[in-house]
Amino acid sequence: MANIIEGLKYTREHEWAKIEGNVAITGITDYAQSELSDIVMVEPPKVGTQIKAGEAIGTIEAVKAVSDLFAPVSGEVIEVNEKVIKEPAIINRDPYNEGWIYKIKINNPAELDSLLSAEQYKELIAGH
Amino acid sequence: MAKKTPFYEKHLQYNGKIVEFAGFFMPIQFEGIIPEHETVRTGVGVFDVSHMGEIEITGPDRLQFVNYITTNDVSRLALNQVQYSAMLYQDAGIVDDLLVYNLKDRILLVVNAANTEKDYQWILQNKKFNVEIKNLSDNIGQLAIQGPKSELLLQKIVDFNLSELKYYWAAETKIRGISILLSRTGYTGEDGFEIYMSANDGLKIWDIVFDAGKEFNVKPVGLGARDTLRFEMRYCLYGNDIDKTTNPLEAGLGWIVKFDKGDFIGRDALIKIKESGLKRKLVGFEVIEKGIPRPHQKIYTNDNEIGFVTSGTFSPSLKKGIGMGYVGTTYSEPGTKFFVMAKEPIPVEVIKGPFYKKGTHK
Repeated sequence: MANIIEGLKYTREHEWAKIEGNVAITGITDYAQSELSDIVMVEPPKVGTQIKAGEAIGTIEAVKAVSDLFAPVSGEVIEVNEKVIKEPAIINRDPYNEGWIYKIKINNPAELDSLLSAEQYKELIAGH
Repeated sequence: MAKKTPFYEKHLQYNGKIVEFAGFFMPIQFEGIIPEHETVRTGVGVFDVSHMGEIEITGPDRLQFVNYITTNDVSRLALNQVQYSAMLYQDAGIVDDLLVYNLKDRILLVVNAANTEKDYQWILQNKKFNVEIKNLSDNIGQLAIQGPKSELLLQKIVDFNLSELKYYWAAETKIRGISILLSRTGYTGEDGFEIYMSANDGLKIWDIVFDAGKEFNVKPVGLGARDTLRFEMRYCLYGNDIDKTTNPLEAGLGWIVKFDKGDFIGRDALIKIKESGLKRKLVGFEVIEKGIPRPHQKIYTNDNEIGFVTSGTFSPSLKKGIGMGYVGTTYSEPGTKFFVMAKEPIPVEVIKGPFYKKGTHK
């Protein structure tokens, strides 16, 4: 069973966001990493990029599959996790902590309401 | 409803991630594609390949008949020798690639899982001479034991001196009293064996193999690593790299076509193709910097579309993207550079031979 953390926000595209003030730390969920398996390349958006919620803004490649990274909220990319770029397998091992991918300075806090709660995300993947 | 192989309950027991593949519930992976790939390159791994099809040809004219329906020369086979071959349509498109086992009183054709029924019907349709044709697939279990330590493992349990079994030869022998067909074959590039057994004996054999393999840290391997291993050796996969729209000459399989052996299905069309010259070739290419080619992506040089990708993956051994695809013949020389169109164009370079060159197969 995929690990889902209480208190995080989730997207239907299997990203998570941890909200700290006006910053969202984001990554992909345990369910997503398990579906992709063996992640070998991550390309997050560059620091300074303005991104829009729902947009495909990066790529995550596993041995056998490639997937888009979608922005959970709109804002400016303020930091990317250089460690996971060098060693993408960290995302397989620890998707919610060490495996965070990038941070966004949130433009429009109202968008957070449209993200899923842990409970809602659990229901979403139960259907898969 | 997909079928289960004799080893289905073992896949669950080893926490295999099950997918539907070629009409069977099969494990795509256990601990992960990369570690399983490593297991086979450096130690020994066990694949369930029971989904493969087995078609038996008996009767006095079996050699003549199989020679007529396949491209390689069956008359060159000694007793218990195995041959890689292909069956063609009249227009030289590929029906399937297969292994031909020349056994005592019978020939066994081992075909791709997804093609078993199609192949069986094709062989029946083209039946001539005095032969009998039987599809044995549902009653046979098959395990591939692959990796540099596979001989050490199997020698503990097989009643046969494995140092006398050469690459692409078979033996009808026993494992702890259970009859099996054993061959030194496989599709990983490593030394390895394939074991055919009655489906009923499957679980017993699995337990014997895993028990004997403990000291070598033997592990089950899924379809994911099976594909990365075969691809690093640049072996063709039916449905990706070859199919009915491709012919063996453009696929680089000219070596399994023996024009001098006499008539076979597809021969006339192939001779015409050869005489008029190949328009395209299947090439292997490595990514120059970063990116991973994926099947069906288009191939470009500057602004011209010159072909398409048939297989593409991350290579766990080389730690970079590798691909195979058909390109116009003028772009097929090693060293030629072109682009694979992913989200961003990926620059790649044509290379010669297998991607992984250190395989232990003999």
